[in-house]
Amino acid sequence: MKRRAFLLGALGASGALIVGWSFLPPRSRMGDRGTLPPLDGAVSLNGWLRIEPDGAVVVAMPRSEMGQGVYTGLAMLAAEELDVPLARVRIEQAPIDSIYGNVAMLVMSLPFHPDDAKTTEARASAWFVAKVARELGLQVTGGSSSLRDAWQPMRRAGAAARAMLLEAAARIWRVPAGECSMVEGDVRHAGGRRLQLGDLVGALREVPLPSEVRLKDPKRFRLIGTPAARLDVPDKVTGRARFGIDVRLPGMLYAALLPCPTLGGTLLGFDGDAALAQPGVVRVSALAAAAGCAPAVAVVANSWWRASQALAAVRADWDPGPHAHFDSARLLAEMRAALQNGGGFTYYKRGRGEAALLDAVQVYGADYGAPYLAHATMEPMNCTAQFERGRLRIWAPTQVPSILRDVAARAAGLDTARVEVNVTLLGGGFGRRLETDFVPQAVWLARDVSPAPVQVIWTREQDMTHDFYRPAAVARLRAGLDGKRMPFSWVTRSVSDAIVPQYVSRAYPALAVDMPDRTTVEGLFDQSYEFAHRQCTHLVLKSPVPVGFWRSVGHSHNAFFTESFIDELAHNANSDPYDFRRLLLARHTRYRTLLEYAAVKAGWGRVPNGRAQGIALHECFGTIVAQVAEVSVARGAIRVHRVVCAVDCGTVVNPELVAQQIESAVVFGLSAALYGEISLRNGAVEQRNFPQYPVLGMAEAPVVETYLLPNGGTPGGIGEVGTPPVAPAVANAVFRLTGQRLRSLPLRLES
Amino acid sequence: MQFTINGKSVQADADAAMPLLWVLRDLLDLTGTKFGCGIGACGACTVLVDGRAVRSCVMMARDAAGRDIRTIEGVAGDTLHVLQQAWIDRQVPQCGYCQSGMLMAAAGLLAQTASPSDAQIDAAMTNICRCGTYQRVREAIKLAARSGRRSP
Repeated sequence: MKRRAFLLGALGASGALIVGWSFLPPRSRMGDRGTLPPLDGAVSLNGWLRIEPDGAVVVAMPRSEMGQGVYTGLAMLAAEELDVPLARVRIEQAPIDSIYGNVAMLVMSLPFHPDDAKTTEARASAWFVAKVARELGLQVTGGSSSLRDAWQPMRRAGAAARAMLLEAAARIWRVPAGECSMVEGDVRHAGGRRLQLGDLVGALREVPLPSEVRLKDPKRFRLIGTPAARLDVPDKVTGRARFGIDVRLPGMLYAALLPCPTLGGTLLGFDGDAALAQPGVVRVSALAAAAGCAPAVAVVANSWWRASQALAAVRADWDPGPHAHFDSARLLAEMRAALQNGGGFTYYKRGRGEAALLDAVQVYGADYGAPYLAHATMEPMNCTAQFERGRLRIWAPTQVPSILRDVAARAAGLDTARVEVNVTLLGGGFGRRLETDFVPQAVWLARDVSPAPVQVIWTREQDMTHDFYRPAAVARLRAGLDGKRMPFSWVTRSVSDAIVPQYVSRAYPALAVDMPDRTTVEGLFDQSYEFAHRQCTHLVLKSPVPVGFWRSVGHSHNAFFTESFIDELAHNANSDPYDFRRLLLARHTRYRTLLEYAAVKAGWGRVPNGRAQGIALHECFGTIVAQVAEVSVARGAIRVHRVVCAVDCGTVVNPELVAQQIESAVVFGLSAALYGEISLRNGAVEQRNFPQYPVLGMAEAPVVETYLLPNGGTPGGIGEVGTPPVAPAVANAVFRLTGQRLRSLPLRLES
Repeated sequence: MQFTINGKSVQADADAAMPLLWVLRDLLDLTGTKFGCGIGACGACTVLVDGRAVRSCVMMARDAAGRDIRTIEGVAGDTLHVLQQAWIDRQVPQCGYCQSGMLMAAAGLLAQTASPSDAQIDAAMTNICRCGTYQRVREAIKLAARSGRRSP
């Protein structure tokens, strides 16, 4: 496929949009008073902000809080431009409207190398995709894009609102607005008079939206850049915080499921009579496969436990389907064999690409691998729905309210206008809640028991065996070396399934297209080491295993491949891995500086007896992270003591939120690096609960230190960026300590 | 069945084998205690029973009845519990789903050991947090232990 076709393919559904449209100015994201529902006594100023009679500022929150601190980060942007204290801000879920669509996420998913970001092709593509994204209005929390995306529109909304507040006060006082200013969240006149925001509500109704908006000079920021306390924390220490599973509605029923045990199996029939006779049970229903979920039998009862107990009495007859003998070990062997073959899609080629290997004094190569991984969010999948008088209401912990609404409407056979989506707090997302597989189940059961609301809750075992897994992947990396064993060419060939085509076919079956998927090669083609010749090719090997987005997506394994291989090249050149990387970044000062910062903070080369350090550098989601891991090995077990992280994420909105996300991402990545592995036998996932899929606990958690190197400009992503470098940093330390080069995840020492 | 929860006597239509977790969540609407794994492995459902941390997903209703049960909703008095305040001061929670259980496990620990060492924290705090807040949980427990000593 040609590159142009790839770019068009990346636009997906929007490809049909026409040329004339592209000459119109991009759709505004300010919104107007009609965008936010006008509630009693309050006044909406634009699509993002509303002033309450008690003086509170309501921020319309288009993103989902799953721990990343988005409620606080986005509120800080508005409060900064409004000049009100953060404590004055209240969060309310935004309605579904195109102004809230995530533009940055789609732009960031374009397949460009950071070195090429300023080329005409890259800029034109980014402009076009941004324009399309504004029309699509996908309300998605993902791709570490929330702050980056809201950076302009949320601040612009705040600045516009501030101008309206000053104008409203000026009209009350009959003075020029220029004589008014914001002081501690009130409007003050130069003469000393003050008005609270609640006093302005009436006057604000008459003030028009300003035609021009001027943003603060970053030098005048008072809130942005400070470690402001999270707005969601008080409710999360008292048990008041409401997650999806905590939704409680009058007359609500609970559903437990018996999903098909094998991939691609079908339900031939079931007998629910014995279950129906059990206490509290009101209904037994069959649920079809949809939006990626397996077919299932559901029991609805007046408590979830009673429903789950009654499932034991259901007799279900399954056809195990075409994958009943599927075995992931066999698939991995096939993937490794496919590394030998030709074919695949070349995502990136510079210089003479692979051909330049012929000029090498030595060609150094190594094969790497990574397994399937589950998300294992602490809150198991769940969804609550109610069908009443032709209207459908959903309560869900979701990263994709607008897509969820479309999926729910399709399942219900309703127009989207008749579907209301309420987004709750998420007990973890990590990409799992970009999926909507649990939605049709809740919709159909709500129809069965209408008008009673019903809450579907999966068990941990169902959550783990019916996930959309981080794809298993293998890669062969080769470098052409000169006489000094320095690499001048970089050639990668990788094999895995592709997420994006699978995802689209689940969420929007009518739009399903087979297109190259950048996530397969991100982390292999887009790093900044300086090689004259580069070629990165990926072969998609389809399998029946459902794959999905997992914190840092392709970077999660490709960074392990890339950064381990760089370490191998350093060792081959008898060079210190830190010095070696600096040599490969001679013209990339920003990267080199960050690496040096991490080395200084970690005390590179100075390590307690019995321990070793490993280093890794990785860029993704617009942020660069350098990590140094300090590791020991005792009785065959790898122990990580300390991980020092240097982070360059452009403007830092809240350093405390950044530190939290880095700590979180390191632990998440370490769980995968040390333990994470999902395997399938006879068409079913073998790991069922935490004992078979261990994750890092308190006793094994390292000390994580985060150091920021703020660089100004648009904020880079932060939720995922700490995950990719940790596996290679640890593996590189293990090599120094033991001489064992571990090329497969999870990291397992040979005894 | 009769339960004593957060100092109050309450009646719930529970089956004898129903885990305490579901009595709390589905029958008494005390949703602060969370369902995580159903096998006592993750600790999200931790509550105090007679002052000791217990995983409520594997304690049957008949074994909980009549004993002194304390949940996250009942640990604060007029002011927040020292652990809750320490959790805020150290900004521990991220998604927050596991934090009720973490706090209850920590409350159980401090009730036994006023000033726990790192090893004692490791041994008592076996709850799982997928947001990886362990480092802050450890700091917050130590902070609470210190402030608990200052204001008993």
